[in-house]
Amino acid sequence: MITKAIEKINRENLRKNTLPEFRIGDTVTVQVKIKEGEKERIQSYTGLVIARDGGSSTETFTVRKNSHGVGVERVFPLHSPSVAGLKVESSGHVRRAKLYYLRERSGKTAKLREKNKAMTAAVAAPTPA
Amino acid sequence: MQGLLGKKIGMTRVFDADGQQVPVTVLEVGPCVVVQCKSRDCDGYTAVQLGFAEQKESRVVKPQLGHYKKAACAPMRHLHEFEMESGEEVKVGDRLTAAMFEGTEFVDITGLTKGKGFQGVVRRHGMSGGPITHGGHSKRRVGSIGCRSYPGRVHKNKRMPGHQGNIRITQQNLKVVQVRGADNLLLVQGAVPGPKGAVVVIRRSIKKAKRAS
Repeated sequence: MITKAIEKINRENLRKNTLPEFRIGDTVTVQVKIKEGEKERIQSYTGLVIARDGGSSTETFTVRKNSHGVGVERVFPLHSPSVAGLKVESSGHVRRAKLYYLRERSGKTAKLREKNKAMTAAVAAPTPA
Repeated sequence: MQGLLGKKIGMTRVFDADGQQVPVTVLEVGPCVVVQCKSRDCDGYTAVQLGFAEQKESRVVKPQLGHYKKAACAPMRHLHEFEMESGEEVKVGDRLTAAMFEGTEFVDITGLTKGKGFQGVVRRHGMSGGPITHGGHSKRRVGSIGCRSYPGRVHKNKRMPGHQGNIRITQQNLKVVQVRGADNLLLVQGAVPGPKGAVVVIRRSIKKAKRAS
C-alpha cells in the first residue's frame, strides 16, 4: 500500500517537462545528460524500448540496442532530470508488454514488424506521462 | 534534544541534484510532546520524556492518565526518554517536530527488526551449507560444531540455528536527504529497521555529529 505521504513525495519528483508518449516496441532516441567534471553535455542513445517498469516517479524504461554485435541494455528512470529528451523514431508491432524474448534473438529474427499506420494514428493521442 | 520518536511509513526513490536516484525511507517524525522533565534535584539525573502518537483516554489506565493530566496533554501511545543537549531548555507541554532535524546531516535510527522466527544457519548466519548433489546429506545443516576430546565442548557463541529478527538494533549514520517540516516527514537514505508502521527512535548521529549549518 502506498500512503498519501509517499504519493505526495512521488508527485513532487515527477518530471516538469513531459516526454512524448512512447510504447513498448518503439525505437527511441534518448537524450542523456552526462556530467564530466564541471561540464555537462548531452549524449544520444538510440534503441528499442523493451520494458517499462514501476509507476509514478519511480517508473523506468529499458532501451536495448546492438552495439558492434554486442547487445546493450540501459535502464532509464522516466522522471530523472538526466533524461533531457526523447524522440520516437519508429513503432514496432508487439503483442506483449516485455520484449525479453529479443535477448535470445539476433539478426533478422530480432527485428519487429512495423506498426500498422492507421493503428499508430489512433494511439498517437498524447496522454500525460 | 538528541532525538525524537517517529513512525516508519515506507520507502520510495527521489532524485538528487545530479539527477541520480536515491533510495529513501520516509519517516513520520513527531510531533512529540514533552510529558515530563526529569531534573537532578528530583530524579537524580536530567532527561526529557517525550510522548508520541495520541491515544484514547479509555485505553489508558488511571495511574498513567494522571501522568498525562499532570502535563496537560492527551494520552500517548509511546513514551521515551532523551538526554538534553547542553544549553537547551524545554518545558512540559512543548511540541517538537521534524523541523528539529533541519541542518542535521546524519541520524542514527533505533527500532525493532522484523521477526523471522526460528531460522537455520544458512539464512541466519549466511553459512554455505553442504553439497546439494553427489550424495550430499547435509544440504542446509550446520556441519561440524567443533573438535573432539580437546576442547571436549562446543565453544561459546558458536553460530547455530535459532530465533532471528525481532531484536532492537540501531542503524547508524543514515544520511538525511530531506526534512519536510510542514508534513512532519523526514527522508533518510537507505533502510530502517522494522516493518512499515513501526515506531523508531531517531537521534542525531553520534559518530558523525557535525552539523551542516
